Amino acid sequence: MSEPILKAEDLNVYYGSIHAIKGVSFEVCEGEIVTLIGANGAGKSTTLNAVAGILRSRTGSVTFLGENLRRVPCHKIVGRGLALVPEGRRIFLQMTVEENLEMGAFAQPPAGIPADLEKVYDLFPRLKERRKQIGGTLSGGEQQMLAMGRALMSHPKLLMLDEPSMGLAPILVEQVFDIIRNLHSAGSTILLVEQNAQAALSIANRGYVLETGKVVTTGAGKELLASPEIKKAYLGG
Amino acid sequence: MNFIIQFVNSLTSGGGGYQLLNHIINGISLGSVYAIIALGYTMVYGIAKMLNFAHGDVIMVGAYVCFYAFNAMKLPEPLAMCAPLLAVCAAVVVCTLLGVGIEKLAYKPLRAAPSLAVLITAIGVSYFLQNAALLLWSSSPKVFPSFFVIRTTDADGESVVLRSVQLGAVSISYVTIVTIVSCVVIMLWLTWFTGRTKMGKAMRACSEDKAAAQLMGIDVNATISLTFAIGSGLAAIAGALLCSAYPNLVPTTGSMPGIKAFTAAVFGGIGSIPGAFLGGLLLGVLEIFAKAYISVQLSDAVVFAVLIVVLLVKPTGLLGRAIREKV
Ligand SMILES: Nc1ncnc2c1ncn2[C@@H]1O[C@H](COP(=O)(O)OP(=O)(O)OP(=O)(O)O)[C@@H](O)[C@H]1O
Ligand SMILES: [Mg+2]
Repeated sequence: MSEPILKAEDLNVYYGSIHAIKGVSFEVCEGEIVTLIGANGAGKSTTLNAVAGILRSRTGSVTFLGENLRRVPCHKIVGRGLALVPEGRRIFLQMTVEENLEMGAFAQPPAGIPADLEKVYDLFPRLKERRKQIGGTLSGGEQQMLAMGRALMSHPKLLMLDEPSMGLAPILVEQVFDIIRNLHSAGSTILLVEQNAQAALSIANRGYVLETGKVVTTGAGKELLASPEIKKAYLGG
Repeated sequence: MNFIIQFVNSLTSGGGGYQLLNHIINGISLGSVYAIIALGYTMVYGIAKMLNFAHGDVIMVGAYVCFYAFNAMKLPEPLAMCAPLLAVCAAVVVCTLLGVGIEKLAYKPLRAAPSLAVLITAIGVSYFLQNAALLLWSSSPKVFPSFFVIRTTDADGESVVLRSVQLGAVSISYVTIVTIVSCVVIMLWLTWFTGRTKMGKAMRACSEDKAAAQLMGIDVNATISLTFAIGSGLAAIAGALLCSAYPNLVPTTGSMPGIKAFTAAVFGGIGSIPGAFLGGLLLGVLEIFAKAYISVQLSDAVVFAVLIVVLLVKPTGLLGRAIREKV
């Protein structure tokens, strides 16, 4: 295993007096797919938001490519190569598809943007057909593609996806996982949060299981898939 | 109020057939000032999600700065033409700094506070500015200089001051022309800025979703500052134009136009730039029509009654839209 590019140590995040994640530590190595799974409210989204700088941990540290992100303001983090596709997609509903993608490239030099747009359109031809359409009028699946495409515009060295299959029809879920697999084989490093533990664990190199704000188990994706407790708790027996 | 009546009367004393046209022109002129103010309101609301009730008082500060800068300038004759422009520029600079300063000192610390706290702070800032103006410039009215006039000499070599152009029986003052043109230029510029430039698009992104905008790498604080800067700069221009048409300058000069422009912004659909433009123009025309055909005293009541009806029928305002989120 190579050096971790992302290392989160002892994260503690509070919402007011609610202690949402309690001493979470994990790491992601170059070229891996790592997944965080856990029940609703376990703290998966909170963990990703703390890494992306939207939320701040009271203790511990997030180290990305050797740099401690504690003092890096949230809007500078994407420029370091760490992109988050947030829960619920959060595309800009009143902006066009192309404008959404341009916003993804906000921290990039403008000269490279047309070429990057073409790359994203190659990956998601549906978006190319709809480049002038307002984001809010896209279907749920198209919005998810747009959210992923938008994150890819920032040349992420690590792409964090928070429930990319949420609310999608089974066929579209398949598609989303295909896309993740393709991105991975093209060299992307991915941190994936999923409700769909079965699908997530089967494409992940490693997984962490979160329970009420704590990491309770960790292991290789295949191992976790085979583990009886995990099967019982998350895979429906 | 008197000067408004006089202003209206002076322009409508032409032939009866042209009165309607005159009212429309006056309405558009007044509406253009409201529109420029409303654009500031709507942009700040769109991005900071707050009603900046001090916006009207920034107009007043702009007008005072303009007044003093103009009087202090003693330019030699060929350059004297530029004095109004320079005075307006001074006002824009001061108001831009003032707007950004107000945001940093009064509103930014309340970014996470309930919106009611921010609203009350804004009202506080409004009174603060009015009282500061009272201290600095006293309550005695200043007569705003006639900016938009052309000084020439007539056939007998006597100097004359031209205030308006005569088109048949309709006379249009230069202030009116400058006001309407400024408003259209500002509106077109803002549309271009928010639609085509990187910073303008970042502004729209912030107005929709600040956390997502930060994830894109947009500096939300800087964007909010820029919004206040633009809004306050526009307020300075509005102040100069307003006082050129109604040249009575006191520390409360900005509050009524501020409230009307806020109304115009809501009328057009708050947060929408074309909405603020349309709302401002319609409000101005309505107000002048109500003054001319119904009653000077009741004109504001009529204007607000129309507003209430519009909002009952279309709660998001004329051009406001509510996009529902997909889940
Ligand atoms: N803004 C908030 N204010 C207060 N509590 C919050 C807030 N956001 C999350 N929480 C709490 O923090 C805990 C972790 O929430 P989080 O969103 O991280 O869960 P999750 O694992 O992503 O769940 P899901 O699978 O449903 O998305 C939950 O108990 C939740 O109630
Ligand atoms: Mg979640």
